[in-house]
Amino acid sequence: MSVADILTVLLVSVGLVFFLAGSVGLLRFPDFHSRLHALTKADNLGLGLIALGVAFQVAEPFGIVKLVLVWFLAVLAAASVAQLIARSALDRLPDGKEADKRG
Amino acid sequence: MSAAFLLDAGLCLLILAAALLAMAGRDLFGAIAFFIVYGIMIALAWVRLEAVDVALAEAAIGAGLTGVLLIGAWAMLNRLGVPEDHKPAAGWLRLVAGSASGAITIILVAAVMALPAGREGLAPMVAEELADHGVSNPVTGVLLDFRAYDTLMESIVLVVALVAVWALTPPAVWGGVPGLRQHTRPDGVLAMFGRLLPPIGLVVGVYLVWAGSSQPGGAFQAGTVLAAVWLLVVMAGIHDEPPVSSRLLRTVLVAGPALFLAIGIAGLGVGALLAYPAEYAYALILLIEFTLTFSIAATLALLVAGRVRRAP
Amino acid sequence: MTGIIDSATLFALTGCALIGLGLYGFIVHAHLLRRILAFNVIGSGIFLVFGALGYLGTGQGTDPVPQALIITGIVVALSLTAFAIALAIKLAEEEKTAFLDDATPTEERPE
Repeated sequence: MSVADILTVLLVSVGLVFFLAGSVGLLRFPDFHSRLHALTKADNLGLGLIALGVAFQVAEPFGIVKLVLVWFLAVLAAASVAQLIARSALDRLPDGKEADKRG
Repeated sequence: MSAAFLLDAGLCLLILAAALLAMAGRDLFGAIAFFIVYGIMIALAWVRLEAVDVALAEAAIGAGLTGVLLIGAWAMLNRLGVPEDHKPAAGWLRLVAGSASGAITIILVAAVMALPAGREGLAPMVAEELADHGVSNPVTGVLLDFRAYDTLMESIVLVVALVAVWALTPPAVWGGVPGLRQHTRPDGVLAMFGRLLPPIGLVVGVYLVWAGSSQPGGAFQAGTVLAAVWLLVVMAGIHDEPPVSSRLLRTVLVAGPALFLAIGIAGLGVGALLAYPAEYAYALILLIEFTLTFSIAATLALLVAGRVRRAP
Repeated sequence: MTGIIDSATLFALTGCALIGLGLYGFIVHAHLLRRILAFNVIGSGIFLVFGALGYLGTGQGTDPVPQALIITGIVVALSLTAFAIALAIKLAEEEKTAFLDDATPTEERPE
């Protein structure tokens, strides 16, 4: 395996670990906002690492630009949506307790 | 067992699990969320089958737009106070449904396994003829040239579905504005997102239809991206939906199918309906695709916006 | 095991299972939105069967004619879903229910 392959496997594996951490946080944290926090932070970083890892496999520079654009758009969308969800949850569930009933 | 086969087997299990949760989830919103996940898994399956055009269409239309439609419907039913639960289906109905579905699945599996191996299909024929017909992406060639008749009918079906949705308008608001009024904070995150994403989306959409002639892409995928951009602009409160009686709107909706039909009828002069003269084939296909993209984008955006609710 | 079925056939079999699953959901559920979900599952199952059977081998892709027909099918399924949702919302607005069995039958409607 060449250096590029080793780097790809390493970075993608670390990215997957972050995704796993985010999912564990989703299942285990006690209240709504901490779950949202764990999910978005870990997933964005995980996606960045995976995109970086895959970038070593791409031959042409335009492909790398496209990967960076994909990561940027995903982070933009995830961050905006997370803020909107958090705000609407705050408006409806001021103490965060009712959120747990719906899981 | 190769790694690729294990990957595909894992993907199939995920697809079945997501479909099961989409069908059987007790919470309707959860079921809709799992349906969107299911749609994205199916798009991954298409990528594994090396059918990237279909994967793009499934992810954008099957998972994305259908998901938006379903969530919007769920929110509307919630707002109307409609109960979600009902008495569960009777035991005999479950038995009949279960045996019918089981029988159909078994028959289909038997049919699939009985097919001879090494089928070539129509791919060699398409590959032979493709060189004379302008485009190099075989799927675009089939969609807009070899089976152009189907695509023409499909674009007309889209417009007819939109007319059908508009036909449900109550007389008081006839010709008015579709969808509910959006209330967005003008300095909030959604407004910023709605200003940042549309230019990028516009470039991506135009690139998709331009690149569709030689790489995976095409009019329907690009039209969906542009429709999503428009929906975001409306949701972010930057611009309201136009009234359905607007002449400009109706021209945009009809322009794509009408141009397609006109070029098709003009093709009668060259040989047959929807035949393109060889030296103009690429230009004509590109012209049809671009006009069709904007018509499709407008039609899809209005289909998601829904029924007319406000007076003009 | 690889000799018995290959990946494409595996996807086709998954499609068959999806058709059965969707059909079961369509018959058993009474809520209109769940029926629309089931209809979409059946649809994508059919497309998966159709497309997977056209797989030509690694590196050669799938037969383009089924691909084009499937893209057409996805778009038509979306138009029908949009219309069905508009009808379901109309029913909910008039009768406050999302279940067809609870709606007043056509004979008893006023006008």
